[in-house]
Amino acid sequence: MQPHASALTTPTRELAPLTLAALVDACADALAAGSRIVTLYGRRAASGVVVTAVVQSAASGLRLLRATAGDGAHYPSLTARFPAAQMFERELWEQTGLVPDGHPWLKPVRFEGARQQRMAEYPFFTVRGQDVHEVGVGPVHAGVIEPGHFRFMCHGERVQHLEIQLGYQHRGVESLLLARPPHAATSLVESIAGDTSIAYAWGWCAAVEALAGVTLAPGVERVRGVALELERIAMHLVALTGLATDIAFLQGGTTYGRLRTAIINATMRVCGSRFGRGWLRPGGVRHAIDDERRRDLLDTLAAFSKDLAEVDALMLASRSVRSRFTGTGIVTPQAARDLGLVGLAARASGVATDARTDLPGRLHSEHPVELLTEDAGDCQARLQLRMREIGASVQWLRRVLESPAAELADDRLVAPGALRPDMLCVTVREGFRGPVVQALETGADGRLVHCKLQDPSMQNWFGLALAVRDNEISDFPICNKSFDLSYCGNDL
Amino acid sequence: MFKSLVVRASQGTQFIRDPRRADPAGFRGRPVIADTACETGCTSCVAACPVNAIELDPVRIDLGRCTLCGDCAPACPTGKLSYDNDFRLAATRREALVVSAARPTIDPVEVSAELHRRFGRSLKLRSVSAGGCNGCELEVNALSNVNFDIGRYGIDFVASPRHADGLVLTGPVTRNMAEALQLTWDAMPEPKLVIAVGACAISGGPFADSQALDRTFLDRFAPSLYVPGCPPHPLTFVSGILDLLGIAS
Repeated sequence: MQPHASALTTPTRELAPLTLAALVDACADALAAGSRIVTLYGRRAASGVVVTAVVQSAASGLRLLRATAGDGAHYPSLTARFPAAQMFERELWEQTGLVPDGHPWLKPVRFEGARQQRMAEYPFFTVRGQDVHEVGVGPVHAGVIEPGHFRFMCHGERVQHLEIQLGYQHRGVESLLLARPPHAATSLVESIAGDTSIAYAWGWCAAVEALAGVTLAPGVERVRGVALELERIAMHLVALTGLATDIAFLQGGTTYGRLRTAIINATMRVCGSRFGRGWLRPGGVRHAIDDERRRDLLDTLAAFSKDLAEVDALMLASRSVRSRFTGTGIVTPQAARDLGLVGLAARASGVATDARTDLPGRLHSEHPVELLTEDAGDCQARLQLRMREIGASVQWLRRVLESPAAELADDRLVAPGALRPDMLCVTVREGFRGPVVQALETGADGRLVHCKLQDPSMQNWFGLALAVRDNEISDFPICNKSFDLSYCGNDL
Repeated sequence: MFKSLVVRASQGTQFIRDPRRADPAGFRGRPVIADTACETGCTSCVAACPVNAIELDPVRIDLGRCTLCGDCAPACPTGKLSYDNDFRLAATRREALVVSAARPTIDPVEVSAELHRRFGRSLKLRSVSAGGCNGCELEVNALSNVNFDIGRYGIDFVASPRHADGLVLTGPVTRNMAEALQLTWDAMPEPKLVIAVGACAISGGPFADSQALDRTFLDRFAPSLYVPGCPPHPLTFVSGILDLLGIAS
């Protein structure tokens, strides 16, 4: 069997539009058969609303479904049968006005458009009864962190439910991206979620290249793959630093912090930026990895993995660490599947999914990544999985960097030409949180008519809300850090 | 215990002894504009710049907008543009952030005697991210790690605005955060100052044209320090704040 591609490009006229109800039924059938909904979104057009669904199955990879509907149309909610669709349908409602009848939790995702600055109107769920109280936290939090509002509904010390209200970070990225030439938008794309710059930039560049009909040399993809793993290591270390600090395991906090410095400084020596900004551009990479850089990265990784192994062992052997994380913030495998969790949060609950293995494309077929999971679904599982994923990334990098056959010095950057008209391209790249999905569509003149961005956080925030149930408020910081989700990735 | 000592031994000494004199290898920092003539009518660098940071006749780059992405340098047919790893880019005046061939470096941060007297031995900061992408937030966090360790100069990030002397603003200031930003500022006791960190906070950066921003806060409260970059290197912040408060390093 051919490995599934990490992008799907289709002429839009080949997509026979269904009715909205038929599209929802087709999604329901796919979900019932064990497929995933990668994304479900809409855009306003002259003739109503155009809805697109991307379904992913183990057997056939990515598949597109399209429907058209009149403005303000109602349809039977998919969420009522499959909770995994809840965020997609909320976003579709907020962005296009299509109403999912029977949706149990139809609330704004990010207060965009006409709803801006109406944050105070959020329809919170309320819990009533004796000994029930609520605690509101945010949007501004105690640390140096992005804003969001958390409302805990408690019975005594026990959290019955946590409701998460986001949208404070909404910057209107999707419409901004339509306002500038796609070839010159990468710098903005790198700031959609600035801790996931590489995953976003890669997906964006791949989409622009596919829409222009350009194929790149394998060496370019390999450099992008190296960039991605460096980012994944660095950002998992942010979560480990936070987890260690939040339980006052200070030696872990300081050590993970300076180990991250080593990785991002090595990234900077290749591309000029500690966050990989300016590294990837449509048509290639701006900074290749020559022999000197290759050696530098290998030396950095060798020193890094020795020190990392020591501090990981120290942390895992500590009984106080284990007792704080084990059994805290559990998401069961069933709940993770029902909610459609993605990325690390899903894998820590035993769901075997990773875009690098499910949709490996050329690069990850040639240089495979090991799919790692944990079963317990608690904070300890998410902690251990981050440690193991860092280890796997280091191994992958060493394999690629040590292989003399793996060309990495190709710094040709040929700007792709004009985009082909009436095409749709969906790309999926596994960032450190999970799959970053981008869907770019061109119109009759080859200009972008729509640009859909989806951070893995959007689906996973509800997983955090579920994890905190039946825990105490004091467990929230470590639950939150163990998920380490993006606010601006959700708010766009 | 033994494992803990092993980790401690491997940790060694990590702090940067004098942040003003650090040499961050590979950092794409200050744009360098050569004193050579442009090709007649050429606008390649302006077209390549994703954030409208470049103006012509003569070529000037506004670091308040610039994301240091490097897209302009290869676009220039005469090779007039390059970058060096100079991180001392912070300024006390917005206009000082513009570099050109005639004005190649940022004006030195003006030391404030008043700020030195009040905060030279202790400055407590409250961070507000108002649309920040977590790039600036991570670099602000890095200020307190063992490498940059600004705590040694009496500069700390605090949890409550009630305890804060300064507000560190990151992000382009979204409309949805405008009220929370104002409330945080109102909760801080006088005297207090604003520090704008990153291209977004200084100018809106890549989001400057967005319809979802409300930047009026910055019209009411001018920053005492501008820290450019996308995100700024922690050294840019450290050296800027030490200069502003007249702290020796």
